Amino acid sequence: MKIIVISTVVPDLVEELEILPDGKSLDKTYLRYIPNELDDHALEEALLLKERHGGEVTVTALNIREETDEMLFSALAKGADKTVKINGDFEGIDNHKRAKILRKVIEGLEFDLILTGVQTVEDVDGYGGPLLSSYLSIPYVGVVSGVSVLKETLLVKKELPGGLLSEIEVSIPCILGIQAAESPPRYLTISKLRQVMKTAKLEEFQCEKEENGKIEIKKVFKPEIAGKAEMIGGEAKDIVDRIVKILEEKGIIK
Amino acid sequence: MEETPKSNVDPEHDFVERMILEQYGERFRQCIQCGVCTGSCPNSFFMEYPPRKFIAALRANLLDRVIQSNTAWTCISCFSCSLRCPSGIKLTDVLIPNLREEILLKGKATPQEVQKALENTSRYGNPLGESARKRSDWTKQASVPVKILSQTPEPVEALWFVECYPSYNLRNIVTSQAFSRILNALKINFGILGHEESCAGDDVRLGGEKGLFEMLVERNNKALKKYKFDFILFTDPHAYNAFKNEYPKFGVQYKTVHYTKFLADRIDKLKSLFKKELAGTVTYHDPCYLGRRNGEYEAPRELLKAIPGLKLVEMPRTRENALCCGGGGGGIWLDSYIGEYSKERLSEKRIKEISHVGANILAVACPYDMSRFEDAVKVTGYEGKIAVKDIIELIDEAMQ
Repeated sequence: MKIIVISTVVPDLVEELEILPDGKSLDKTYLRYIPNELDDHALEEALLLKERHGGEVTVTALNIREETDEMLFSALAKGADKTVKINGDFEGIDNHKRAKILRKVIEGLEFDLILTGVQTVEDVDGYGGPLLSSYLSIPYVGVVSGVSVLKETLLVKKELPGGLLSEIEVSIPCILGIQAAESPPRYLTISKLRQVMKTAKLEEFQCEKEENGKIEIKKVFKPEIAGKAEMIGGEAKDIVDRIVKILEEKGIIK
Repeated sequence: MEETPKSNVDPEHDFVERMILEQYGERFRQCIQCGVCTGSCPNSFFMEYPPRKFIAALRANLLDRVIQSNTAWTCISCFSCSLRCPSGIKLTDVLIPNLREEILLKGKATPQEVQKALENTSRYGNPLGESARKRSDWTKQASVPVKILSQTPEPVEALWFVECYPSYNLRNIVTSQAFSRILNALKINFGILGHEESCAGDDVRLGGEKGLFEMLVERNNKALKKYKFDFILFTDPHAYNAFKNEYPKFGVQYKTVHYTKFLADRIDKLKSLFKKELAGTVTYHDPCYLGRRNGEYEAPRELLKAIPGLKLVEMPRTRENALCCGGGGGGIWLDSYIGEYSKERLSEKRIKEISHVGANILAVACPYDMSRFEDAVKVTGYEGKIAVKDIIELIDEAMQ
């Protein structure tokens, strides 16, 4: 089975986020970028499938930051067969442009299955996968936490709201948005990573100009504090009086 | 004892071959299967391959069974087996770390807590996953100035290596703040590395992540080389151990001193600064990496005896026989993993011992002890009856 894993680096939320004076984007100067956690799960699922059924795992990523290299080397050290680093001008890129670029790269590769993290901290809506699926005209299933290979199709586990789990049969080729790999991503020792960084090479792809979608960001802001809790103490009667008073103040009772 | 000649082997594949490349790594071959190690191990009763059986399995080519077992991650690197082994086998420093390395390299299931701690250490320089930029934030509430060398690159007498937990853990930073007050009162010219400090890495090393340990040695050495100081002062015995015994193997050599010795050497000056009598009966828990591993038993006791008003009593298991708190060698990350097998934490057993000798203060000298024992006090129902204090905090209190 030929599997493509799409991964990306994202801002590390351990550091404080600062908004640029234009009020529309983050100040990325001092931000550290780390691999998107769910893409790590997508890679793990791909490696598990390869171990079970054989095949080849190719990991691709847009080179949006210098940290991309280490992420791709890590994938090779963990067992991926090939990486494609996509170069280009990605300033202000949105999911439409990203999907169009990825389509160009992926159309040049042989594949049965594309795995990617279902969302990133920068895209909690998780529409990166669905958009790419529509550009490639292949099916998409998101929030996937397990993949079994049937004769000519896949049986995937998808989480539904309310703690329900569904099983969906999907034809290949397809894209899956991974929520969790069947087992947690494996550990990569520093010595193994360093060794691969010394010897391996990343394949590169220069992308052409693509246009963003029609979404315009009007404003980026930190969550506003909406209210505060008040702890009411004392005797039961005092507590009741206070509650009644609050309800009156809010106009809920008269 | 002479070392076996080292041969050229492919270190990827053969566990034994890789192990014998290490200093005294070949000594496991001299094992007489006496079982002193297993008898000394506080966790051997639930460890599937305790040290003696581990070596027997190696001889029988059954390493795979040891890898599948709970052995690797139930060892808390307390050093009891290594200290007592009549054949001088490096169980704590070589055998267990190599077993763990084998598991890490083969991508076998490693407890998630360990994996996360190692990944955090590699990414942020601390196992807690905190921002490196916030490493010196605790100094803001120290109530005395603490020189951060990147901001004030002046020569100092003592470079205080604070280490991770004492920089970030909310309970441990109270001790760090108290220590900076003591250093100020003693008029010591000291500084810290602040955000340039990375984890010393002793538990990374014992955890089998040798490449990461080497990277931390390089990072710390690079930061230290920028500044002028006479010696490195440690409050954390694990960091002390790394710099004293392990960094020199990478050619990184500094003068090191643990705070207990450093303060005991200034005991008269310290005594002149005491203003208050404390009340209580105190007992001292020897941290594994200060006591058993590095032989420092006297200085902490000397300090406790000097504090006015305190009565020092000893527990039955003390000095080289002290029971481990369970936090070393990754144990601090593996509380629930080990708890699945042990039912009762070592720290809880220790608190019961303390209650038997009638102490109401447990004095410690290691940051792991603090959280291990404070939790155990709560679990065993001794809250309000036994207070856990670092020796630093008792000294600081007597100076107020």
